[in-house]
Amino acid sequence: MSSLTISKLRKSFGSVDVLKGVDLEARTGEFIALVGPSGCGKSTLLAMIAGLETISSGEIRIDGRLVNSVAPKDRDIAMVFQSYALYPTMTVRQNITFGMESRRVPRDVQDAAVKRVAALLQIEPLLQRKPGQLSGGQRQRVAMGRALVRDPKLFLFDEPLSNLDAKLRVEMRSEIKRLHQRVGKTTIYVTHDQVEAMTLASRIAVMHKGELQQFDVPRIVYDRPANMFVASFMGSPSMNFLNAEIADGQGMTLKLANGEGAPISVGLANPLTGRGAAANVVLGVRPEHISLHRPERAADGRASAIVPAIVEIVEPTGAETMVGLRLAGREVTARFEPHEAPDVGQTLSLALDMSKACLFDAKTERLVG
Amino acid sequence: MVDAALRASIDDPAAALAARRHFMGRVGVYAFLTFFAFIYILPLFVIVANSFRELPEIIKNGLIGFPHSFSLKAWSAVWSTYCVGGTCAGIQHNFFNSLEMAIPATIISTVLGLLNGYILTKWRFPGSEVIFTCMMFGVFMPGQISLMPWAFILGHIGLSNTIAGLILIHCVQGISFTTLFCRNYYLNIPDDLIKAARIDGAGFWRIFFKIILPLSSPITIVTVIWQFTGIWNEYLFGVVFTAGRSQPITASLIGMATGGTSIRVYDVMSAGVLIGAIPPLLIYFFGGKYFVRGLTQGAIK
Repeated sequence: MSSLTISKLRKSFGSVDVLKGVDLEARTGEFIALVGPSGCGKSTLLAMIAGLETISSGEIRIDGRLVNSVAPKDRDIAMVFQSYALYPTMTVRQNITFGMESRRVPRDVQDAAVKRVAALLQIEPLLQRKPGQLSGGQRQRVAMGRALVRDPKLFLFDEPLSNLDAKLRVEMRSEIKRLHQRVGKTTIYVTHDQVEAMTLASRIAVMHKGELQQFDVPRIVYDRPANMFVASFMGSPSMNFLNAEIADGQGMTLKLANGEGAPISVGLANPLTGRGAAANVVLGVRPEHISLHRPERAADGRASAIVPAIVEIVEPTGAETMVGLRLAGREVTARFEPHEAPDVGQTLSLALDMSKACLFDAKTERLVG
Repeated sequence: MVDAALRASIDDPAAALAARRHFMGRVGVYAFLTFFAFIYILPLFVIVANSFRELPEIIKNGLIGFPHSFSLKAWSAVWSTYCVGGTCAGIQHNFFNSLEMAIPATIISTVLGLLNGYILTKWRFPGSEVIFTCMMFGVFMPGQISLMPWAFILGHIGLSNTIAGLILIHCVQGISFTTLFCRNYYLNIPDDLIKAARIDGAGFWRIFFKIILPLSSPITIVTVIWQFTGIWNEYLFGVVFTAGRSQPITASLIGMATGGTSIRVYDVMSAGVLIGAIPPLLIYFFGGKYFVRGLTQGAIK
């Protein structure tokens, strides 16, 4: 059973196409993260689901019902805004009950609902205060309370954590996750923060330039990104890209162009067939899949490629150390255990974990192996 | 230790010189400001003094002079017995005319401005920017331009020489200003509030009354003060479209100043001018600080 189905959705403002045919569906109880850089159309998509933006073409169904021209209040949704959008002249309690007042819910039902939500979010002591007297985290809670009180089919979150400081953001993130596990409502969550998307979502929809790039579970989006955009957007530091050429007809080895020097040869974990020799590809390796080459480690049977690199910069973050290297004429970043961190200027022998590496077509930038 | 340091700084000749210079500078500034304050207050003083002087004494000692007599006759005369334009009932009638005109016109034009601002910022529709631009012409258009059209319209709908006619004129003439004020103020109210309220099931009027209006007191005060003083002080339409007992007070004061009698009744005229100035002065007196606050208040956080 899917509680949200979007098909061939388009939106244009004048001659500008903001959404170019998006297909998406959320099963009941799912937590979908819409992620992408600013201007990718994710917030517009959310506003269209909420009914705050008109639809140029395509369909939106909530719980099977076509809602293209249904007013926001009749879509059975609740939304949490980036700015929280709390009504400044009303108390927290009035903020929470405003929607029920509008729908003429009986007073005793309202009281019970406020009680339930206030207990759930631990905002009982704040009920008589005005939004101006609350801290950022408290406002965030009240905004969620206003959404939760409705018991809707669909929760919509529009970058709800981006106005909070870093520490509070992490706290609220796990709180939202716990809340979702407890309430179990279908949720659409817009964010530009790939970490939020990874930690919260049951499935991630990556958007770019008005198009859906990939829609899958976090593990797949991270490990097998559909194209180079997704690969570079998800993960921090981003995936390293190395231009390469297929070296043999069986697609067993790659040649990494190495500027003036001789090309570096790299063996693939799985052969890339059907492309022939000399086809241009891009090798993508995540920073954590680059490590110091140690003969005893190589013996664990995983396919690794051994490549030389020069250390250019070392950035300790505490838990791990980011090392900037020059590999085959390109800058790459590797994630090292702090005690293994090399010194600047050193030449290292690195092992690339080829079983985790991604190959992209150099022209279409799509994942090919 | 601290005491020692303080005493040392007072004994320091350079510091003492700087302190003396600062003091002299202050004296200069205050003398300058006092001088200009005196110039600004002088006309008001002359008018207030003349309204309590006896006419023969004014004529003998000159218009600008320290009062040598005291009387309230001018005030009662101008209020109830002085002859303007052939009727000898003072200007009280005109004073109440002005109230009857300014209060409804202020309320109606302010309410329309609030609604227009709300629609033009939160319920935009195709062409709403064009409509706003057209309304802004009214801000820059001098009132004289519309004299002829108004004469035509008032004649047609039978409101010539009535207070209702003036109310209509002031509502229409004022709507550009009130709309501009309210629209610019409402631009600072986040659109997310409206979106949240729409999802919460509130419609056009409920959002206006429950969310927008409670946030509007600063701009309402600004608009009311602006409109009331503007309408009260306006005389062009009053002079042109009303006569005699139907005139607002500003028009009747002009009638008094340009009246046929050869003797200038400075005492009565002074009292009349002051009566005419009292309502706007009271408004500024009680609302002035809100006026400044409302004009400078920015976004609602």
